[in-house]
Amino acid sequence: MQNLDELEPGITAVIKAFDIENMPLKLIEMGCLPGNQIMLIQKAPFSDPLYIKLDQSHLAISREIAKHIIVEPA
Amino acid sequence: MGLSINVALIGNPNTGKTSVFNLLTGLKQKVGNYPGITVEKKEGDFRLDRTTKAHIIDLPGTYSLNASSMDESVVIELLLNKNDRDYPDVAVVVTDIENLKRNLLLFTQIKDLEIPSILVINMSDQMQRKGIQLDTAALEEALGTKVVLMSCRENKGVEELKKALINYRKLSTKPILDVASIDPPYFESLKTTFPNQSLFKLWLVITQDVNFANLDRQRVADTSNFRTQSNTNLKRLQQTETIKRYQIINDILKKTYTIDRTRGTDLRAKLDRVLIHKVWGYVVFFLVLLTIFQVIYDWSSVPMDFIDESFARLSEFVKSNLPPGMFTKLIAEGVIPGLGGILIFIPQIAFLFLFISILEETGYMSRVVFLMDRSLRRYGLSGKSVIPLISGTACAIPAVMATRNIENWKERLITILVTPFITCSARLPVYLILISLVIPNARIFGMNYQGLTLMGLYLLGVVMALISAMILKRFIKSNYKSYFVVEMPNYKWPLLKNVTLTVFEKTKSFVIEAGKIIFAISILLWVMASFGPGENFDQAETIVAQQYIDKQIAAEDLQYEIDAFRLENSYIGILGKVIEPAIAPLGYDWKIGIALIASFAAREVFVGTLATIYSVGSTEEETIKSRMASEQWADGRKVFNFASGISLMLFYAFAMQCMSTLAIVRKETNSWRWPLIQLFGMTGIAYISSLIAFQLLQ
Repeated sequence: MQNLDELEPGITAVIKAFDIENMPLKLIEMGCLPGNQIMLIQKAPFSDPLYIKLDQSHLAISREIAKHIIVEPA
Repeated sequence: MGLSINVALIGNPNTGKTSVFNLLTGLKQKVGNYPGITVEKKEGDFRLDRTTKAHIIDLPGTYSLNASSMDESVVIELLLNKNDRDYPDVAVVVTDIENLKRNLLLFTQIKDLEIPSILVINMSDQMQRKGIQLDTAALEEALGTKVVLMSCRENKGVEELKKALINYRKLSTKPILDVASIDPPYFESLKTTFPNQSLFKLWLVITQDVNFANLDRQRVADTSNFRTQSNTNLKRLQQTETIKRYQIINDILKKTYTIDRTRGTDLRAKLDRVLIHKVWGYVVFFLVLLTIFQVIYDWSSVPMDFIDESFARLSEFVKSNLPPGMFTKLIAEGVIPGLGGILIFIPQIAFLFLFISILEETGYMSRVVFLMDRSLRRYGLSGKSVIPLISGTACAIPAVMATRNIENWKERLITILVTPFITCSARLPVYLILISLVIPNARIFGMNYQGLTLMGLYLLGVVMALISAMILKRFIKSNYKSYFVVEMPNYKWPLLKNVTLTVFEKTKSFVIEAGKIIFAISILLWVMASFGPGENFDQAETIVAQQYIDKQIAAEDLQYEIDAFRLENSYIGILGKVIEPAIAPLGYDWKIGIALIASFAAREVFVGTLATIYSVGSTEEETIKSRMASEQWADGRKVFNFASGISLMLFYAFAMQCMSTLAIVRKETNSWRWPLIQLFGMTGIAYISSLIAFQLLQ
């Protein structure tokens, strides 16, 4: 188990849980739900934002949110 | 007379929703604003068959009916207000074949509003290449809708969509999700309180912080036991709703949609490797900016000079062919230059939007946001603010229009407000003449003082823009929390139709909407400069001729003296004298005051106005410069010295003295509030800094 922002780029992982009470609804709608696959594609300079593949969507999300997504490499 | 139906076009961003809109309406579209807010409203008309017309609204892109921005609230407000003139008879939900799962989330919500809905699956030309198979009939059955496969690139599906629209009454309006299943006890109590309302609509009214029709709002507030859930609980229930919807969608797609993951090209990965590389990404972006810069500076100058000359020639033609008199003067000196002053912006606007729409269409713009976001976010700007800020060095007008592409309202507004600080090309002639007048042409460490000053002025503009952005970030309140989540769309070839329509639409809306304000002010300025009260103005010729009666003076020079005398006694001249006490502490006399007021038409007018007021006939810069250099106050001090020169440069750097910018900000923010804040705020900053500079330096 590790946080998304510490995940090795290019490795597929599975979302396990969130360590904040309310994950922004927007991310949930994008498919950020426990059980779904997630991959860190690349970090922008200064490690923020993060370019991820979430379910079928390609997104850039801030590191601030990524920190709260707990994942496990598949 | 035929029947007309209202169609709402809804969909996630990047699904090609606007391509569908363009395909349906072509040039029969209108772009405006929703009343009171800065959200763009696109609508159009097209014919369904011989007797039926359709009025279509292209609603802002949204991922769900849970609004997280002003653009998204527009969608819900319309869909929940049956009394709205634009309330749809039928909704067309546009989805992208590759992101069908996520796109269907929105579709199920729309369907649950009990609005007849058609599901358009766009980019169907990609199916084969991506190894996607879809059982359309089963999907229609499961969702209770009509599915239309479209490809805007290949012009496919339009007729089928039109046919589906004609038959919209046959569409089922049966909800997909049983909302009550989200939290049975809570929804049961809702049902008892409002027995005649749709539960899903009630649910949206409760969870969405948007302006609903007064009636519903009022009733919600009146019922004390209604909001029995805490906000945290509501949020959790919204999550439950989303999860439940995804369960339904997953079940449906499992039976209808297959994708061969080994197919599909890795174009995205290949391009991303370069375009968002921590070094090459910035190099490419720099080159892109350089190209845009070159084009709006360099290529635009050819058509701009042409427009300039044509209007000057037209003026001359009118003057020499119409009988002399007030009317001819109005046409030749007021109306024609006024129109020319609007049309002159067209080349820059058109070129800039050509680039911007290509950058957006290809998907590159999202990569720019990815690269730039962190550096700009701390100033309250968006990654996309780079384009307006850089374009601002050519002209603030197209730059302010370019902010339309920034989704977040607060970031968009801040970008609009600070862009005019960036040194635009109209300031350049003013800077150049002042620098050569008051800054020594000497070198320090091999660098020329004059060059350094010019560079300093450019830097000053950028620094001022960033500082103000940081300050504005604290003061502008936004109702929406902005989490940074941006979709990184697939790379695509731009659609020619979309690009040309954007360029056309932007240019047209500038000419029509900002143009009328610019035209009105330029006529006003012309009247103020061409008329004056009393004897002095009317009898200028006789009075000046009297003064020079004993002196030898060429007829030409006499005419210059008359023109100068006239301007001095015109309304603008009088105004210049009136404001002299206010600007004297900055080191300016009333003549500079006149030039400041006239600069409102366009900053570069400064030099020309001084030439007239000093009765210099020539427009040669050297002549004007030497005349300025010799200008003295009554006590023999020079008017243009180091202190007043610096003070003037600071004034031009900071003051909002461009009516065209004000007009476009009025248009883009849809209110006079923000342009007025700019006018007084920026001019206030200019006044104070010039005052301090002059008082310290003199």
